[in-house]
Amino acid sequence: MHSESSTFRTHRAVTTLTALLAGALVLTACSGGDDDKKKDDGGASGGATASTVTLPKLDGARLEVAAVWTGAEQANFKKVLAEFERRTGAKVTFVPAQDPIINFLGSKIAGGQPPDVALLPQPGAIKQAVDKGWAKPLGPEAGKELAENYAQGWQDIGKVGGKQYGVYYKAANKSLIWYNAKVFENAGAQEPKTWKDLLTASRAVYDSGVTPFSVAGADGWPLTDWFENVYLSQAGPEKYDQLAQHKIKWTDPSVKQALTTLAQLWGKKDYLAGGQTGALQTEFPQSVTQTFSGGDQPKSAMVYEGDFVQVNIGETKAKVGTDAKVFPFPAVGSAAPVVSGGDAAVILKDSKAAQALATFLASPDAATIQAKLGGYLSPNKNVPVSAYPNPVQQKIAKALVASGDDFRFDMSDQAPQAFGGTPGKGEWKDLQDFLKNPQDVAGAQAKLEKDAAAAYGNGS
Amino acid sequence: MASAAAAGAPPGPAAPRGRKSVTGTRRTVAALFLLPALVLLGALVVYPIGYSLVRSFYNASGDGFAGFDNYKTLFTDDGIRTALKNNVLWVVFAPTVATALGLVFAVLTERVRWGTAFKLVVFMPMAISMLAAGIIFRLVYDQDPDKGVANAVWVGVHDTFAQSSAFPKAHPGRDSPLVAQGGGFVTRTAVHAGRPVALPLVGVAPDQLPDGAAKAAAARPEPGKVTGTTWQDFTRGKGVGRLGAPDPSEVGYAGMRIEAVKDGTVVASTEASGDGTFTLPAAADGAVLRLPASNFREPYDGVDWLGPALVTPSIIGAYVWMWAGFAMVLIAAGLAGVPRELLEAARVDGATEWQVFRKVTVPLLAPVLAVVVVTLMINVLKVFDLVFIIAPGSSQDDANVLALELYRKGFAEGRPGVASAISVFLLLLVIPVMLFNIRRLRREVRR
Repeated sequence: MHSESSTFRTHRAVTTLTALLAGALVLTACSGGDDDKKKDDGGASGGATASTVTLPKLDGARLEVAAVWTGAEQANFKKVLAEFERRTGAKVTFVPAQDPIINFLGSKIAGGQPPDVALLPQPGAIKQAVDKGWAKPLGPEAGKELAENYAQGWQDIGKVGGKQYGVYYKAANKSLIWYNAKVFENAGAQEPKTWKDLLTASRAVYDSGVTPFSVAGADGWPLTDWFENVYLSQAGPEKYDQLAQHKIKWTDPSVKQALTTLAQLWGKKDYLAGGQTGALQTEFPQSVTQTFSGGDQPKSAMVYEGDFVQVNIGETKAKVGTDAKVFPFPAVGSAAPVVSGGDAAVILKDSKAAQALATFLASPDAATIQAKLGGYLSPNKNVPVSAYPNPVQQKIAKALVASGDDFRFDMSDQAPQAFGGTPGKGEWKDLQDFLKNPQDVAGAQAKLEKDAAAAYGNGS
Repeated sequence: MASAAAAGAPPGPAAPRGRKSVTGTRRTVAALFLLPALVLLGALVVYPIGYSLVRSFYNASGDGFAGFDNYKTLFTDDGIRTALKNNVLWVVFAPTVATALGLVFAVLTERVRWGTAFKLVVFMPMAISMLAAGIIFRLVYDQDPDKGVANAVWVGVHDTFAQSSAFPKAHPGRDSPLVAQGGGFVTRTAVHAGRPVALPLVGVAPDQLPDGAAKAAAARPEPGKVTGTTWQDFTRGKGVGRLGAPDPSEVGYAGMRIEAVKDGTVVASTEASGDGTFTLPAAADGAVLRLPASNFREPYDGVDWLGPALVTPSIIGAYVWMWAGFAMVLIAAGLAGVPRELLEAARVDGATEWQVFRKVTVPLLAPVLAVVVVTLMINVLKVFDLVFIIAPGSSQDDANVLALELYRKGFAEGRPGVASAISVFLLLLVIPVMLFNIRRLRREVRR
């Protein structure tokens, strides 16, 4: 969940306190279950984890690691840190950070006490940290580990100016559509492979008396993710990169085509739970829960978002894998898109211990520990798929690793925050307006271009 | 801004000419005693205000002088303009409505036996934090009538007058003999007596079908009459099944209204029975059949409280809910000080209760009312939390106020220069109200 842009987190954290509270309860319940599983594995994940990485002895060294993770996620990450402590003898403290983490780090650095390592959620944040001279490049050991375990694409987004700064420890696969298995069965619908199939399946679901989609329009970021998937698949990776850097304008014909394609779903009032106006007031957690509750008459049959949807499914009675199933975002153009997010570990205070921790986080050992605990996805290609606790997770992980270098990082996370990450502004707002009035493709493009020009222009 | 208001402390006594003041304290001693307060005020109030002022003349990164650019943005940026407009709405309506309600409550509770209990209840929302109140009202205004109490009431009232229909989402399936027309559906071709008509539709949720619905049956031809079936042409788990003909597990549309239309006038009409079959008299021969729009009326889903148009009034409503109690308590205190004999005199002179209220009570309470309105105005100028929490992301722009825009510019968009300019502007807006309050306080002290 936390690879989302930062403002969403703060905003949502306040607006849906109650939901989060419930989520936390469920999470605890989940992690309880996972613990059991871990015990079943016996010593495999405990002391006897095969060591593939050599770490120096660091007795007496102290490290601070900052990340915005909370709840079960934080607890699971602490287990990874504990393994590092066990192997090296160093003492690692987890520093809970607030969003936006770059501002949090700014105040820490101004105060002269930066954490040794921080996990940054956006490529833009890494660049900012390097530009300000906060981030320190990775040493040869971490570099070697990265080269062995990561696809070139994942290494490259951790680079700034040709130097390796970030280790992508955690990834998110944002090219998934989750569906209510019961509804699909009743409607006789099949998991679609292409956009056309998706429309056919939607039609079948609609004919059976269930609204096909929940779109979380109250939050802007799910809308940007929708667009990114369609655009990446339809216009291809090169155009995607150009648009992400604003080298082509939003008035480009490729954008028009993608928006027109989106309008095939967004433009049908009966295809969206609550119609367009209802969708604009549906927040992300609700969009998930209303798809997986209500027996065989839920408010909608499908909901689009990344692997973190599982956390919200946990709030319902539905079981991931049986009641709630998933298929990759269908191919709109020639190939199915893989849009991803992720958190990268960056060293802020160079030391032997910090380098060792970065090396450890780049190794399959660290990722495997957290993979077993669930709710986590690693871009590390040497993490065995069997490490993931359930078939759904395995499917998602496989899709992510299989995409190799063809995945693309979330476009709105790459954009300046004023454009890609502010509630009620920029791309979020413009796509919300587009959802309100999907006929006006040209108007939406013009607004997107105007906001993008302003945000990329002054760069601050 | 609140601290800024606090900074306007009552002035000390006029400085004496000699080394000692009237009370005989040495200046150095006085300074010594004042020092802690001055340091605190300086560090926590004066310095931040001063720095904000300076910062507002610098660019986003803080290292280049920007002149009045940030202030120019202040009056050209669309977001800030909406915020300004909304702030005006807030300042005009929130304090007046809250004060008016408080006045009514205060005057009325004076006369009821359970007044104190009532006052307690009205005052209770003050004990809730803004954040909690925001979350409560986010739910109150929820679009879904099953969750939002505002829409539950509204929909309840609406539905007692206008019933929704049984087949809201019904629509023609593939290759249907029906076409949409004016909210309903009509057959593509004219129907004839003795030839059963099929009127298949899809898309009604099984649990929404009317209670009388039974398995659909194919209609038998009857000479001299138009017969047919209207049913849900959808088999669970199999899709449409046989297209255009009732399958064994498909269900009839019990109670569906069917009209036979010739040249725009209805010549015959009927309702389908439990298994979806219907019979029309010979008059319908050669007409087209119409399933009128009344069959498909969508359930009313209430008012779009948090939509762009109503979001600001809705949030002001939440604010009034919180602060009417505050106004009531202050006014009730003022009311206790109003000399009873004046009211009695007016009554003896034959004034009606309304006249007593209008001509005696309100004028006597005017100073208190002014305090309440002004206090609320200051409070409203810096409103942030309610707007931030209640407005969903999609209408946050429409609900925007200056304090929220300050936060967004400063912390989400990384433009601290513009944010500082907004804060300075807000300070300027508060100052006149503050001065008014201070002057009034002074007059009060002198009295």
